[in-house]
Amino acid sequence: MADHIVSTYESELKNLTRSVVEMGGMTEKQVVDAIDALVKRDMLLAQNVIAADPSVDALERVIEERAIITIAKRQPMGPDLREIMSAIRIANDLERIGDLAKNIGKRALALNGAFQAQKLLRGVEHMGELVLGQLKDVLDAFAVRDADKALAVWKSDGEVDQLHTSLFRELLTYMMEDPRTITLCAHLLFIAKNVERIGDHATNIAETVYYLVHGRELTDERPKADASVYVGAANQEPAR
Amino acid sequence: MEMPMTTAALEALETPPTKIVARDVNVYYGEKHAIRNLSIDVPARSVTAFIGPSGCGKSTFLRCINRMNDTIPSARVTGKIAIDGEDIHDPSLDVVQLRARVGMVFQKPNPFPKSIYENVAYGPRIHGLAPSRTDLDAIVEASLKKASLWEEVKDRLHDAGTGLSGGQQQRLCIARAIAVSPEVILMDEPCSALDPIATARIEDLIDELRENFTIVIVTHSMQQAARVSQRTAFFHLGILVEEGPTEMMFNNPTDKRTLDYITGRFG
Repeated sequence: MADHIVSTYESELKNLTRSVVEMGGMTEKQVVDAIDALVKRDMLLAQNVIAADPSVDALERVIEERAIITIAKRQPMGPDLREIMSAIRIANDLERIGDLAKNIGKRALALNGAFQAQKLLRGVEHMGELVLGQLKDVLDAFAVRDADKALAVWKSDGEVDQLHTSLFRELLTYMMEDPRTITLCAHLLFIAKNVERIGDHATNIAETVYYLVHGRELTDERPKADASVYVGAANQEPAR
Repeated sequence: MEMPMTTAALEALETPPTKIVARDVNVYYGEKHAIRNLSIDVPARSVTAFIGPSGCGKSTFLRCINRMNDTIPSARVTGKIAIDGEDIHDPSLDVVQLRARVGMVFQKPNPFPKSIYENVAYGPRIHGLAPSRTDLDAIVEASLKKASLWEEVKDRLHDAGTGLSGGQQQRLCIARAIAVSPEVILMDEPCSALDPIATARIEDLIDELRENFTIVIVTHSMQQAARVSQRTAFFHLGILVEEGPTEMMFNNPTDKRTLDYITGRFG
């Protein structure tokens, strides 16, 4: 699309997108580091993840402020307005992802010195890889305005949910087999939930990218496959 | 219990009938081809906004609707324009009557150099709409009320109309236009000479007037078009590029030229 007649308007919008991409990079690194810190029991890395969270939060505030000023000054229309609303929405999701990564970091610290069994971490590690792939894809989709790629991320969230359900079952089994694993597994349950929620935020971002490109909301019902809330219930099948 | 209906659903139910139909309208000013093959349907009792860069033909087309272009010697209009199915170029049609049915408000307020009362009373009087003085008083009061001016001028109806503020003058012109009970009101940038407060009052008034009148407004302010109109038409280089529900035109227009214009990408 051609540039705006007012060149400062053009640069305001470009800077906004650039800041969201930058924030995306920061949160992606936060998630990578949080999972790494957990798996490798790297306490320093876990501390770094916790310490870096305020700068993600600060960037969100900057994006929001700039977006509001641009709306007030330019009265943006059509795709420009969507651009700004998307920046606000995505920054909000990224900030939540940053918080979830921080929580994972905190739990990694809490596990220091607890009973360790590397094989118990495999499931969370795998789930983390999957969600990181989603996060990376959706941020790429935002950077190049690729609605199809965003849609693919949106559709793949069911996989994460399924994995979360099976991991939940697996961890329950470990705890029943060996009570020494309970502390670790309880933390891992929460970590798995955090990872699953990072996936949900990636899905939100996918919806925003779709809206940004097409000017209408994604309205189909997303495949939901998280059945962990039913695990242990008398009837283990989710209610239909 | 009955479900409350959404605004959109209600509006869909109450889709107003078409008031003005234009088909293959061409306008020439001497050699200049100012409007090319324009066709549009304007719904009754709603606000339709014409937007587009200067010289795009939006005012020219507006002036076709009450045959104001007849007053320009070099202007030539072809094609068909009908109001309620009646061809406005029908030789048997009285142009003065047409202009009573289709009122107009201009960019700069242009009250007659007469009293406030006379400004409004003039039209009904010459059109023989008021048999008695009491009737005329009633029309003047009702028109000034509809134009949201009554409260401000009721104690000085015999002061000069030109002594009012710009925004009040413009509302006086709207009162004058509605005094002859028109069906259509054409507004050619009615707020461009007004301050933001006066503009807000006029916009508020336009919103009230659409209950009873079909309003077509030419505006250079896209925000104004977005605020006051239900449908928007985008003109460029004498062509009607795109026309549709205002919400769609400003959020997700179909034509790239519309998109470029509303987002400020070309002038």
